[in-house]
Amino acid sequence: MTDRGESDDDTLRTGDGVDAGESSTAAETEAGESTTGTETDAEDETREGLESDGGVSEPAPSSPGVAPESVDGLLEGVESAGIEGYNYAYLDEHTKREVRRATLKAIAIPGHQVPFASREMPLARGWGTGGIQVSLSLLGPDDTFKVIDQGSDESVNAANIRRLAETTANVDPTRDTTAASIIQTRHRIPEEVLTDEQILVLQVPTTDPLRKVDGSDDRNRRRHAHQNYSKMWVSLYENVVEWDEIQIGAAYPVLVNGRYLMSPSPIPRWDTPKLHQAETLFLFAAGREARIYAVPPHTDVEPLAFEDKRFQRERFPEACALCGSTDTYRTEVETDDGKRLYACNDTSFCEKRQRDPSIQKAHHVDRDVGWERLEEPAVDAANDGGEGR
Amino acid sequence: MSGPARVERFPDSEADDDVVLRARGIEKQYGSSCGDCVELTGDDAGTNQCPTCGTIVAVADADLELHRGEVLGIVGESGSGKSSLAEILALELEATAGTVDYAGFEGNLLEADYQQRHRLRHEEIGLVHQHIRNGLTLSFTGGGNVAEKLLAAGWRHYGDVRERLTELFEATEVPVDRMDDPTSTYSGGMQRRVQIAKAIANGPGLIVLDEPTTGLDVSVQARVLDMFREIQREEDVSTIVVSHDLGVIRLLADRTLVMRHGRIVESGLTDRILEDPHHEYTQTLINSIL
Repeated sequence: MTDRGESDDDTLRTGDGVDAGESSTAAETEAGESTTGTETDAEDETREGLESDGGVSEPAPSSPGVAPESVDGLLEGVESAGIEGYNYAYLDEHTKREVRRATLKAIAIPGHQVPFASREMPLARGWGTGGIQVSLSLLGPDDTFKVIDQGSDESVNAANIRRLAETTANVDPTRDTTAASIIQTRHRIPEEVLTDEQILVLQVPTTDPLRKVDGSDDRNRRRHAHQNYSKMWVSLYENVVEWDEIQIGAAYPVLVNGRYLMSPSPIPRWDTPKLHQAETLFLFAAGREARIYAVPPHTDVEPLAFEDKRFQRERFPEACALCGSTDTYRTEVETDDGKRLYACNDTSFCEKRQRDPSIQKAHHVDRDVGWERLEEPAVDAANDGGEGR
Repeated sequence: MSGPARVERFPDSEADDDVVLRARGIEKQYGSSCGDCVELTGDDAGTNQCPTCGTIVAVADADLELHRGEVLGIVGESGSGKSSLAEILALELEATAGTVDYAGFEGNLLEADYQQRHRLRHEEIGLVHQHIRNGLTLSFTGGGNVAEKLLAAGWRHYGDVRERLTELFEATEVPVDRMDDPTSTYSGGMQRRVQIAKAIANGPGLIVLDEPTTGLDVSVQARVLDMFREIQREEDVSTIVVSHDLGVIRLLADRTLVMRHGRIVESGLTDRILEDPHHEYTQTLINSIL
């Protein structure tokens, strides 16, 4: 959502020879970098140095356009520059372009996993590196950014990611779902209805839903290519044999746009219907697996289920102990004195409800989306008894 | 699931209207051919390996026809090419050359693309593998293994799937109350039966049995073959049986092909082959057993 203007072109020219055209894939980019070895590293440093000069920080008059000669010299330059030694939004412009390009491709093919380079990030892979790269490649100075980790804005991981964006991209942080323009999330979709002006970025640990039925990505890619999902159906069948209903806790497999089988990342079943025909763009990014996929607005997202064994959301025995909600996803918590109670998982909305118990999930939009008024699902109304044990 | 009425006829009849499958010039080579491999190998040459370039000619010049409701036996020693031929016809193996006309498919069956093969293998052609591991996912339940065929063919009603599975398990004499146990806990005979249940699940037009009795003791062999023969007659499904065991061929096959060194050396009614073998090799084969 931002561009750095002319210095952008410099970045590309001083790049390591990777073509900026559409054909440049993640694999090429990676290969291009690894083969040039240490020399490339030095060049990277050069680029970093140049960007620090021409970036959002005040221009440093000391070295206008002159490439420093040694790595030590470069490092010194970066160290003295502090936080200003980084490019806007942490990632270099080339990386952002590559991520955006993969993102656009993912939007064009809903549910299809698109490879991207997945750079090293300042935290371990598996901690949201994919989500961070997508968020940072989208953020501009006018954006308002919210990060949640399993519904909480205040987990260490969420707070740190938000701080990284705050310091490097100058965005306004927020905890209010309705105020955010971009929301990065781990394992939840917020309770409040999202609008067409918002983008949700989901962190994904395991991209391929077929992996649990077959460990071979090679064979699974072939299955996706030919829409051959019978192994996944067998796994659902066996699930019903065992439990008499489909019992998948999170990451419920969905068919996107009638074509690709997709893992919606480990969101609870509760959130799965929110993906269907939404107004919002959903982006899924896996840093470790270097894949991006997307559900564009107004796309069919259908949970796999049998005609007589329907998809069901979670059922909760009690209302939220804090706000009294019965129409939100709740988790069981144990208090210090050993009592067990249920509380809303989406803390930001729970706080709103505590202030105003009448507030609805669609309070800020003037339309019905279908799922937002759903209370507890009537137990097994959708399922006839069938056989089983 | 009732097939067309069984027509009384000689199994050798050349009447075209009930030919389910016609194969011409099937050939499978392993290695880069020198061009003369087919001439330099075969029954007359006494080998299936090309003396010039070392290419293995697993099958060559194989022609055959299969009629509706007929059971065709393929017999021969190890390495004679019978399994290769069967796997080619079951779309498990790519042929080097040849054409196959099949009643349920337009064009050369051997040139079907992945998507078409996928459909054919799930709905038209059932294969019972020689090796159980190739045909079954042992970590799935027995029911799940058979259900895979139904689900691949688009069954989406759990109750209907269960009902059909019960039918199939009863037909193949697998205890229905073991249906929800992992296939790895089944005995060899049960696994073979589950494979047969899987092969017939979608009412295919052709079943290929590759060594259906491997690894089974004699009494179980007899029961599995008996069970299969009953189903085959009821469903009137055309079948190709590959075996090195003349007992199996005698019990199941109406007509038999004898293979050696990658070539079909003799073919005819099973009774005729067993009573009056013409080819020298067939004579040796039958004498060694009877």
